[in-house]
Amino acid sequence: MTIPTPRDGHAPADPPPTTASSATAESAPPAETMTRSDTTENGGLALKTGGDVPAPPAGDDGGDGPGDVVLRLTDVVKTFPGVRALDGVQLEVRAGEVHCLLGQNGAGKSTLIKTLAGVHHADGGEITWLGQPFAPATPQAAMRAGIATIYQELDLVDDLSVAENAFLGHEDTRFGFTRRRSTAQKTREILSRLGHPEIPPRTAVRDLPAAGKQIVSMARALSHDAKLIVMDEPSAVLAHDEVENLFRIIQGLTSQGIAVIYISHRLEEIREIGDRVTVLKDGRTTAANLPARTTPTRDLVSRMTGRTIEYVFPPRRPAEKREPLLVVEGLSRKGEFADASLTVAPGEIVGIAGLVGSGRSELLETIFGARRADSGTVTLDGQRITGVGRAVRKGMGMAPEERKSQALLLDEPIYKNMTLASFSGFAKVGFTDAGGERKAAEKTADLLELRPRDVTRPVRTLSGGNQQKVVVGRWLLDDTKLLLLDEPTRGVDVGARAELYQVIQDLAERGVGVLLVSSEVPEVLGLADRVLVMREGRIIREAPAPEIDEDTVLDLVMSGSLTTESILEGEPA
Amino acid sequence: MTTQTAPPEAPTKPERRKLDENALRNLGLVGVLILLIIVGIITKPDLYSDPTWVKNNFLTILQQASAIGVVTVGMTFVIIGGGIDLSVGAIVAIAGVWSTTLATQSYGAGGMIFTAIIVGTVVGLINGVLIAYGKLVSFIATLAMMVAARGLAAQISGKQTQISTNSTINDIASTRPLGIPLLVWILAVVVIAGWVLLNRTTFGRRTVAVGGNPEAARLAGINVKRHTMLLFALSGLCCGIAAIMLTSQATSAQAAMANLYELDAIAAAIIGGTLLSGGRGTIVGALFGVLVFSTITNLFAINNLPTEVQNMVKGGIIVAAVLIQQFRFQSLTQLFKR
Ligand SMILES: Nc1ncnc2c1ncn2[C@@H]1O[C@H](COP(=O)(O)OP(=O)(O)OP(=O)(O)O)[C@@H](O)[C@H]1O
Ligand SMILES: [Mg+2]
Repeated sequence: MTIPTPRDGHAPADPPPTTASSATAESAPPAETMTRSDTTENGGLALKTGGDVPAPPAGDDGGDGPGDVVLRLTDVVKTFPGVRALDGVQLEVRAGEVHCLLGQNGAGKSTLIKTLAGVHHADGGEITWLGQPFAPATPQAAMRAGIATIYQELDLVDDLSVAENAFLGHEDTRFGFTRRRSTAQKTREILSRLGHPEIPPRTAVRDLPAAGKQIVSMARALSHDAKLIVMDEPSAVLAHDEVENLFRIIQGLTSQGIAVIYISHRLEEIREIGDRVTVLKDGRTTAANLPARTTPTRDLVSRMTGRTIEYVFPPRRPAEKREPLLVVEGLSRKGEFADASLTVAPGEIVGIAGLVGSGRSELLETIFGARRADSGTVTLDGQRITGVGRAVRKGMGMAPEERKSQALLLDEPIYKNMTLASFSGFAKVGFTDAGGERKAAEKTADLLELRPRDVTRPVRTLSGGNQQKVVVGRWLLDDTKLLLLDEPTRGVDVGARAELYQVIQDLAERGVGVLLVSSEVPEVLGLADRVLVMREGRIIREAPAPEIDEDTVLDLVMSGSLTTESILEGEPA
Repeated sequence: MTTQTAPPEAPTKPERRKLDENALRNLGLVGVLILLIIVGIITKPDLYSDPTWVKNNFLTILQQASAIGVVTVGMTFVIIGGGIDLSVGAIVAIAGVWSTTLATQSYGAGGMIFTAIIVGTVVGLINGVLIAYGKLVSFIATLAMMVAARGLAAQISGKQTQISTNSTINDIASTRPLGIPLLVWILAVVVIAGWVLLNRTTFGRRTVAVGGNPEAARLAGINVKRHTMLLFALSGLCCGIAAIMLTSQATSAQAAMANLYELDAIAAAIIGGTLLSGGRGTIVGALFGVLVFSTITNLFAINNLPTEVQNMVKGGIIVAAVLIQQFRFQSLTQLFKR
């Protein structure tokens, strides 16, 4: 398999000509859109005739003409206790297209796809799949009908192997006995198709990094003979080159006539891979079947949020020279990273760029004391940090990469999760102060636009992006001196993302040091004062953010012929 | 040109580590067994100098491990599947008592075996229905069943010891095909069947999934409720088999039989490496756990030491085993994760 050279690898930075420049977008033919009122009056009707409407056949600029309508949702409603998660959704998906779903955190995207997957059951409305009314009672029924789903939260069983996970629920068997060799063989084939022949099918999933797990989730979807593959934020945990790879796979699928529903908060991805876009807001379809490539960003964002948001980074302050707060010297962990040295000053934002698997997250966790270093030292304010307990007491906070397993008590209310690191600060003579905790959490909830804002709800009932806000919000409450952020905006929508950037910047203004890891190079460059580039476990470049640009970073990150394997074996790079 | 871009993981290495972890633990348990035997040799050198005695003593240990070993196999499945079964001892008792009533005995050996197995399975199934569909926590449901089943057993037997007059049943314990007690053969068959079921069938794989990540299992289309129910039925089935084995050994059954089997079975599974939180465990480890306990019992018996001391030592071993496991678990996956 050929992997593109770094130059091709970051195509989104270099948009294809069809991508909306403002002028062409403005003159693009009006898309078939709906406002709230016509959703109820004739939205359904308009959609039903959508195929015949002389409006520009959406997605035509994608090359192949769109196929027949395979899936149609009309006025679908789904309520949870206290929340109307879906409140009249219209959706139309054609064979061989990539249909993108856009919407803010909590708009109902995941609920919608879970309704298709048989996990939730719609309370109202109509779903037709391949011309037949469709109401899958169980996930299995949906799979049998040809709908495979990659869920937003990784849904793998840690103690089963890659192959076992890929075929979980539809194992390859003979008389109830699993056929391990043929399962491994099939998994190997799928993994090769996915561009990852190096993942051994018999490895326990526990031992894979986040990106590897995402590949396994994808392998599972491909292991079904699906006519529609639904992907809920598949790119959130993927590095740049992995996303390219994902897009290649998606193109392969659509060229076989398989339909794809693609959810992402990254508009540039939707431009690159999408054919048509449906926008959800508060559980309703606010716009359907917009052409993915030509609809102006402004339009998309205002349909999602009901307002216009400048998707920019707050202006950078001039960095002042101060004594470093965090000093890391010669930190190494065999097989993960080697000889890492860095400093963070109070009020400084330091960003680490690098591919997933370059050792960034491991470095962060080691600094926090959650992993033991083989050699090297971490000092905060002149004091050695040796474990998580000490790190937290000395004023370090960390928002880890895998929120579900590493950071959240899913069945506890939001406010308790937010005050997890600081609740003793609220306690009065040993008794916890729920009222005080709630008030503080509400303030953070406002700051981060948490939806719904009721902080007594269990975290489990929040949408993915809102759970992420809780993880980050936890450290905003405290007297944190140094904040370690691992992919803080993963799954966070455009609007809340801008807020989060502002919050991080405000923290820095207050004198908090921030060490940030992100797969999104523009985020690192836009937010950080100083940028470190990591590759294969080593920091290969350090530069003030203004002196380095996206292309340079990407070249640094991807160049070099060393494989991660060599560093994992602990050989000198 | 083909460039290798950051594979997410080096091949095969993690697999090796996982294998090592299980092998290491089993090796550790074998070490403990050897240690116990050495203690036996040191304390009773005269007995150990007689090869016939050594062989017979060895078979005695295995025979004593047989019934509890069968129960432990079922328990291991339940725990891997994310539950716990506190009622196993009581299920053995009710199955034993029911199969030795005069009425049942009149149907002969086949009727008795059939009754024990059906009663065990049905009681397990009731546990399973309460837990899976009644949404009771397994700890509570099986605790209630533990009390209720022993009560029913006492009721049926009128608090009397019921003598088995069926010679076929009574002969099970004394038959020795190929020189090895039939009870040990039964244990071997159950352990092998358990191993195959766990490691080579859909059922076993789904058990790991249901215990390790029920949400993922559900999304993968597994009927988590039905599977949970079946796991408890399986545990009940094992109890039914064990009831026959014990009845044959004692040539009788009573409401107090298999006392504290739940604790022994859980302890054996745990020191064999089964995670109480579910999703992980091995049959072989559980078997070693059972053997360690019956070897200790044997060691105390040949030294004529009181059972109180024996129980204290058992407790110490459980704590030590869990501590060692936790230590390794932490150093592997680190404080912060999970
Ligand atoms: N199991 C549940 N119980 C109660 N409320 C729920 C449950 N699942 C989702 N919700 C609520 O339904 C709404 C829609 O959530 P959903 O997960 O579909 O959002 P989303 O569009 O996928 O957002 P994100 O971009 O953050 O993933 C939210 O208000 C959420 O809190
Ligand atoms: Mg979602």
